[in-house]
Amino acid sequence: MSTVLPIIWAGLLAFAVFAYIVLDGFDLGVGILFLVEHDKQDRDVMVTTVAPVWDGNETWLVLGGGGLFAAFPMAYSIILPALYPLMIGMLLALILRGVAFEFRFQATSYGRFWWDIAFCGGSIVATFCQGLILGGLIHGIHVDGHAYAGGPPPWLNGFAMLCGIALVVGYALLGACWLIWRTNGRLQARCRRRAEWFAAIMLGLIGIVSLWTPLLHPEFTRRWFAWPGMALTSPVPLLVAVVAWLFWRALRKDHEVMPLLYVQAWFLLCFVGLGISFYPYIIPPSVTIWQAAAPVGSLDFLLVGAIVMLPIILTYMAYSYWTFVHSKVEPGTQYH
Amino acid sequence: MWTLDAYHLARAQFAFTVGFHIVFPTFSIGLAAYLAVLEGLWLRTGRQVYMDVYQYWLKIFAIVFGIGVVTGLVMSYEFGTNWSEFAYRTGPILGPLLGYETLTAFFMEAGFLGIMLFGINRVDKRLHFAATCLVTLGTHISAAWILASNSWMQTPAGYKIVNGVFEPVSWLHIIFNPSYPFRFAHMMGAAYLSVAFAVGAIGAFHLLRDRGNQAARVMFSMAMWMAACATPFQIVAGDALGLNSLQYQPQKVAAMEGDWAAPEPGAGEPVVLFGVPDQQHRVNHDEVTIPHVGSLYLTHSWSGTIRPLDAFPPADIPDVPVLFYGFRIMVGLGLLMFAIGVVSLWLRWRGQLYDARWFQRIVVATGPAGFCALLAGWVVTEAGRQPYTVYGLLRTAQSVSPVLTSDVALSLGAFAVIYSIVLAAALLFLLRLFAKAPVSHEAGPPHVPQRAAGIMPGPAGAILNSAEGTR
Repeated sequence: MSTVLPIIWAGLLAFAVFAYIVLDGFDLGVGILFLVEHDKQDRDVMVTTVAPVWDGNETWLVLGGGGLFAAFPMAYSIILPALYPLMIGMLLALILRGVAFEFRFQATSYGRFWWDIAFCGGSIVATFCQGLILGGLIHGIHVDGHAYAGGPPPWLNGFAMLCGIALVVGYALLGACWLIWRTNGRLQARCRRRAEWFAAIMLGLIGIVSLWTPLLHPEFTRRWFAWPGMALTSPVPLLVAVVAWLFWRALRKDHEVMPLLYVQAWFLLCFVGLGISFYPYIIPPSVTIWQAAAPVGSLDFLLVGAIVMLPIILTYMAYSYWTFVHSKVEPGTQYH
Repeated sequence: MWTLDAYHLARAQFAFTVGFHIVFPTFSIGLAAYLAVLEGLWLRTGRQVYMDVYQYWLKIFAIVFGIGVVTGLVMSYEFGTNWSEFAYRTGPILGPLLGYETLTAFFMEAGFLGIMLFGINRVDKRLHFAATCLVTLGTHISAAWILASNSWMQTPAGYKIVNGVFEPVSWLHIIFNPSYPFRFAHMMGAAYLSVAFAVGAIGAFHLLRDRGNQAARVMFSMAMWMAACATPFQIVAGDALGLNSLQYQPQKVAAMEGDWAAPEPGAGEPVVLFGVPDQQHRVNHDEVTIPHVGSLYLTHSWSGTIRPLDAFPPADIPDVPVLFYGFRIMVGLGLLMFAIGVVSLWLRWRGQLYDARWFQRIVVATGPAGFCALLAGWVVTEAGRQPYTVYGLLRTAQSVSPVLTSDVALSLGAFAVIYSIVLAAALLFLLRLFAKAPVSHEAGPPHVPQRAAGIMPGPAGAILNSAEGTR
């Protein structure tokens, strides 16, 4: 039992993080798109599409953090100090953009200008920090016993920076695809065009990151480029290409929901690839999920709650989404 | 004693971020409950004025709740960034409690908040009421879990220590640890009272401007009922928590009392009304005391005594002035609120509640009293746990992360800047909303996504469209 529980928990945490990435990803992406969408009415529509759901999306991040604390306290207590400035930067950026949702509608036109900057800047900084966190984790954290050993910041290097940029582009792509689904008219048309560009750039970045990652640790290289690992790993890049083809076809045929789903499939494939590289480590290449796991008494206590609550949560989250996504958000009608 | 090292900076940062945060969820707990009652009354009586008050406070709720969410997110990561040793040692116990909070409360709040804020024209009335109730329930469940965690740190139970790590033995004992029921009751009382005095102040403010404003009358009257009923409860709950602390955390209570040395035999404990505690020389300067009163409320007897501070090593007692002053601020404000509740009952009985302008002015002035008392009480209970994070077992100095002092200093500065901006803006917007009188057919929060012009496709669309048609 004690060998299986940590695996189950690693799976649940991966699910929470993935849910966070594809859900909060699009509303952070909407914030990033403020960079290129300047019209007040368009911005109002963009914010209105995510206003009722962003809070729920961000809750997956709380579950990710809380779950890591509960199930792998050792990993939590190593990773967070090691990536200290990024964690703080991400949290502060999320605060600024979180309050901007409400504040930009309360502010006068001058104040709104600043809260729009907070919303856009907060979204970009939070996303970039998340990318750096990922990059730093892949690059490797020095561990001493059960604690962070210090040394040069694991995120201050080209690889992590590239991950940061890739995530900003990726979230912008998710945001554009969300808006294709949720809006109409010229805004929708512009998002469609932008989605093509973002997708092309993101594919390129995924390619570079994917080729760079195996070179960071010999362990990764073995897993990706040697038998029998290759049997498991080679379908991943192939599937990325298939999804890319489907994505462009959906975009050309003016599908509204499908582009978002295909981009999420992309994220899933990247996530699976990451899982292949990481397993069985939670902090490669030093700490495995079994070393980091909490005692059985903690894991099974919370597992009961997760098994009971997650289906309920997913049901009412779906209901909440359904309440708001069954009709498009029209410009000019969002005020009461 | 106060050097600028990572330890002290991390303490300052946690105190600042949690002190800032706690106001907002407390506001949300009380306000959500108030909103649920208002909507329930509206559904039951059909009186528009309840919906007006509901919509008026819903706009406040949207702002307050949002700040609570984003500042709360910080807390769930700060354990790791600044207190990684604490996180490593207590994760197996506190992690699952916080995990349950997310699973049973945060998702429920987030899931139904959108419907509560923006859904009044999109879903059935009763369904909307259900959403309000579920958000309210979520805020309360959240408080239940977080106070279980906090109480466990104050009065740990149900654990064993293996290689320095706390491991669970009995979850029942961990959750229902000795101080939990009292702390939970006291915190809920604080939430309800804080909101009652805020709502009362706004009601009174608009009554002073327009005595005939129906919505303002409803706010004022309901708030004064709550003040009259909840203050006695809160005093009893506080007394019970105090007695519990006396049993499990004697030095905390001694510090609250400023009780450095045992009294003469038979003299009993005096109450120190005022004084200037001196941690270094372990005495109070300029103290004003009343004999025996301390014994009365601490031991419920005429000459009972408690263990004084000099019974403990200096390294094991908390910062006495902080507790001493914090406790007096909390109790002073509590008694003030109690008096307001009593006066409101008398005025109501005389039929003058809506006419006594002097009283309404006092109520406007005491609008923040509940929140100030809450913060003072929070400081007393948290600073009173020092010098431990897990009381008596894990010292705060052993809980800190191996991070650079410069990193902590920088992040503390960044928190101070960002939180100040957020607070200033929130106060500006809240005061701007408060300045507007509640009106008939009050509008809800802005950016309500309205129904689209077109008919939506699909069978579910048909159901929803026909549901809209029947309303």
